[in-house]
Amino acid sequence: MDLQNLNPSSLKSRFTARFLRALTEINAPKTISSSSPREIFQRYRRIKVAADKSMAYSVRSRRIWSRATLWRLRTRSRSRRLVSFGRRASVKTRTTASHGKENKEHHGAVLGVQAEELRELVPGGEAMDLCNLLDETAHYIKCLTTQVQVMRTIANLYSIE
Amino acid sequence: MASRRSRSRQSSGSRITDDQIIDLVSKLQQLIPEFRRRRSDKVSASKVLQETCNYIRNLHREVDGLSDRLSQLLASTDTDTDQATIIRSLLEE
Repeated sequence: MDLQNLNPSSLKSRFTARFLRALTEINAPKTISSSSPREIFQRYRRIKVAADKSMAYSVRSRRIWSRATLWRLRTRSRSRRLVSFGRRASVKTRTTASHGKENKEHHGAVLGVQAEELRELVPGGEAMDLCNLLDETAHYIKCLTTQVQVMRTIANLYSIE
Repeated sequence: MASRRSRSRQSSGSRITDDQIIDLVSKLQQLIPEFRRRRSDKVSASKVLQETCNYIRNLHREVDGLSDRLSQLLASTDTDTDQATIIRSLLEE
């Protein structure tokens, strides 16, 4: 298996390489009970985290949303024992929201409610001004569609077996 | 008075114009399948944002579903031997 055949500079290949590596790690411990519902659920959670993590690492810190995701993942892994299982705390970034609020109010009449909804969906959205929010959203969507495309391809290939 | 002063000072280097917003919203519009199909550019910014939220939620749901599917598949598959096939087929796209 030679991962260097991939074009190393494309986001898709960076994500694919990372995600496949993560999947191998997740699948490594083959115990007798590897198909129990509990095991499958834990594997589902690990796969989901691996997918988001792989994409955020592939984008690195070039984007606000990827930085927010990486920060959230690091904070979560540190406090996993303290936070109740299954509950994902919303990210409150350290930058003050007041800067964003000024610009929010300026265009608030036009896009207020929808922008608020969008802020909750895009990682780090709470502290972004409207311009950044729209720009980051476009990039986030492109990355999400790549993520879905690769995951679907992998699932289809494993289904053939 | 004070708030007006602070706002102009704050936005003097980074003033967001309406044109900028319109431009960014239309860029977003291109990414949403909902609007690519209809090809009309008479969509309100509000509607674009609304559909963007729906689209992101759908994508999140797809990631969830695929993670679930993969967790079931991994139980019965040996990953190492298949990775070369996966990479090859992804390269061909």
